[in-house]
Amino acid sequence: MHNSYNVAIIDYEMGNIFSVKRACLEVGLQPVVTSSPQVILRADGIILPGVGAFGDAMENLRVRDLITPIKEGVRQGIPFLGICLGMQLIFTESEEFGSHKGLDLLPGVVVKFPPYTAAANHIKVPQVGWNSIELPRKREISFWRESPLSGIEVGDYMYFVHSYYTIPNDDNVVLSNSHYEGTQFCSSILHKNIFACQFHPEKSGRKGIEIYDNWLKSIIKHKGLH
Amino acid sequence: MAKNIRIIPRLDIKGPNLVKGIHLEGLRVLGKPEQFARYYYHTGADELIYIDVVASLYERNSLHDIIQRTAGEIFIPLTVGGGLRTLEDIREVLRAGADKVSLNTAAIKNPAIVQQASRMYGSSTIVVSIEAIRQADGQYLAYTDNGREHTGLDVLEWAFKVEELGAGEILLTSIDREGTGQGYDIALTKMISEAVSIPVIASGGAGNVSHLDEIVTEGKADAIAIASVLHYEFISNNDSVLDNSDEGNIEFLKSGKTTSKINAANLNEIKQSLYNKGINCRYKPEPTNQDDHA
Repeated sequence: MHNSYNVAIIDYEMGNIFSVKRACLEVGLQPVVTSSPQVILRADGIILPGVGAFGDAMENLRVRDLITPIKEGVRQGIPFLGICLGMQLIFTESEEFGSHKGLDLLPGVVVKFPPYTAAANHIKVPQVGWNSIELPRKREISFWRESPLSGIEVGDYMYFVHSYYTIPNDDNVVLSNSHYEGTQFCSSILHKNIFACQFHPEKSGRKGIEIYDNWLKSIIKHKGLH
Repeated sequence: MAKNIRIIPRLDIKGPNLVKGIHLEGLRVLGKPEQFARYYYHTGADELIYIDVVASLYERNSLHDIIQRTAGEIFIPLTVGGGLRTLEDIREVLRAGADKVSLNTAAIKNPAIVQQASRMYGSSTIVVSIEAIRQADGQYLAYTDNGREHTGLDVLEWAFKVEELGAGEILLTSIDREGTGQGYDIALTKMISEAVSIPVIASGGAGNVSHLDEIVTEGKADAIAIASVLHYEFISNNDSVLDNSDEGNIEFLKSGKTTSKINAANLNEIKQSLYNKGINCRYKPEPTNQDDHA
């Protein structure tokens, strides 16, 4: 048994976070659902979940004074996991209902899937369901083995619910890509202590739980260094 | 890559039991929902739907218990519906462990609840369930209370309305076909799925694997809810489900007979069949050359 590690699941009233909490418990993390800056900065890991609108989410973070503590926690090197909207928020800005500034932890933009038309081969947006994740071009599987995707195989399926996706400025942060109706999009990123995925690992079955387990290992590693 | 079709076991629940009827009536007890849910999760279900078919305050606690017991070990999306009337009801089932809620009667009586709930929990959390019955003139009308209560709402107009209100998905049940094993209502599903931009889950009527193929290719369903085909397969391979069936009509189970129109199949057989017909789903064929990435 290892020590238990506290994870701050940021509560800013953007969607249902109970499944994130259960996934943390499943791998032995101690989740604390919180909107307290102090709790976030003392945590061993930070999870920014979220579903809903980008602009509302940034506003909810702002009124709860959470923008500064999240940025500070990431700057201090606390392992950070962004999920779905929580991945999109770490980028510079989103085009959702006008333009909104994000947390800007990484340079990049958030854009929408091409609009639905009945003629265009019946594209449904949001994408709801399972989709496979692939290695970025010119990357080998070793790229995943040293990441929270360790043990995941190319083509494994994850559960997605989203209308928007991120385009990081720096290709090197792209950990996986996926395809939806002819559009290739970035489905996860990794940069130092920032890991984020467009899919929901907590709803992606056994493979998704493996990702939480890998992320726990990155917390243990981080604590070992400090 | 074309869209990935979700295969969703639908568990109709009455009190502590999994039940199945025809046209959502004449319910038979099939066993304990937890056992079925666990089996479906481990054999490749893409999501699960629990519908409390005779929801009442008295029985609500038993549904919460079932959600709580399963949500802790089942890490795929779980949609829960049946008798959710208020934002507080929604909050409680989400807190118990549901990922999405399905609204029917409440949405029809008070459409604003769809808007409020989708704003509060995100559109992707709010499924609107539409129970459709085909009329003599070919029009489809929406019903509530398992097809018993007439609403007078045109199904197509109602589908447009719930999309506008912020519903994330539509669970579209053909009451005419439900439990019959005669196949999904393709015309109904195609009409709704092509009209709205949100995903449509086809429900009601699956009797064999070929019905699934046609509801995707012809009916344009984005996801498929399946009940009897899966439930009967589980029952035929698991004697233990008969234990402790302490209420309801279990004579059907004791008789060892299944409905003749239903050809039982498990999730792997279903997915393999769809995959072989070129329909994308979460299915990985057995690798021919072993390349160990572990």
